[in-house]
Amino acid sequence: MARRSSPEVNAGSLADIAFLLLIFFLVTTTIETDSGISRKLPPMQDENVEPPVIKEKNIFQVIVNRNNDLLVEDELMELKDLRSAAVAFLDNGGGVGPEACDYCQGAGDPTSSDNPTKAVIMLVNDRQTEYGTYIAVQNELVGAYNELRDRSARRLFGKSFQQMEADFKDVRYTGNKDRLKEQIEQVRDMWPQKLSEADPKN
Amino acid sequence: MAKFNKKKSSELPAINTSSLPDIVFMLLFFFMVATVMRQNTLKIQNVLPYADQVEKLDKKDLVMYIYAGKPSPRYRQSFGSEARIQLNDNFAEVSDIQQFIYSERESKREELVPFLTTALKVDHETNMGLVSDIKLELRKAEALKINYTTRTGDVGQNFE
Repeated sequence: MARRSSPEVNAGSLADIAFLLLIFFLVTTTIETDSGISRKLPPMQDENVEPPVIKEKNIFQVIVNRNNDLLVEDELMELKDLRSAAVAFLDNGGGVGPEACDYCQGAGDPTSSDNPTKAVIMLVNDRQTEYGTYIAVQNELVGAYNELRDRSARRLFGKSFQQMEADFKDVRYTGNKDRLKEQIEQVRDMWPQKLSEADPKN
Repeated sequence: MAKFNKKKSSELPAINTSSLPDIVFMLLFFFMVATVMRQNTLKIQNVLPYADQVEKLDKKDLVMYIYAGKPSPRYRQSFGSEARIQLNDNFAEVSDIQQFIYSERESKREELVPFLTTALKVDHETNMGLVSDIKLELRKAEALKINYTTRTGDVGQNFE
């Protein structure tokens, strides 16, 4: 049998097919990842458990009413002042003896919080409050904690708290990860996020 | 000299396009790998609020999405203009959330279940009453890790 050379397949339309697929995937692609404020909800409590007693001065009360007004410690406040007010409260360090705080730089007002580990921020919102306002308030309060953590991280370890967390997640980080984790935990324990949310009032 | 001039044609030679498919295929593979298909068709308005203290939410397969907001104009007639919850592709009631969480957990590998996060994609005009109800249901279902999905920007833009 004589070998006949088979005719070459015409590949001219290959580009068209590839373009078609390319355009399909271009349209359906969403590359950006979501980002947002991460929080942890408290677990459900038993009805008969006594709530722990917290001193009045260790509570920082933030109330958002149905008109999206902000009431901080019984005084009207603008949103832009909330972060500095929260920082001042957490950083106060008015405690004496065993409750003293040696890393606080605040005013040491005896009528404000004793120690950042005791200080609780209580957020109360109305059922009619808008979600956008709620997120703005959450953002400012989380921002206050981040600011203080950042300050301690810079003083103790010479880099920002964000940088430490980023390094911890980074697989190419060359330093000692166990030690870094301990350091992150240490900063977190210095400024624990005690942000309590009450059930909304009608 | 005429012998040499004869070879030169006056027209430009056609550009060789035989490597075009290779280039296109390369792009194609990139987008195929990078693609995440849109999971849900939104039936509600979903304008997220702004925040700047945000964390990235990677590992998309470990995220459960709960949407809330006013129904889109084309669903207004049948569902009203009151804010509603959307789970997967359908409108849902607050009481459906627990069931939704359990079925999502079923569909994931057991060792990954503790790392599941619930992303709340809530429209900025929604009332907090609905959001509180959602949070209470999540606490009942013990899905405690949540993330309020936001856009990145100054919080002042929430009031405009």
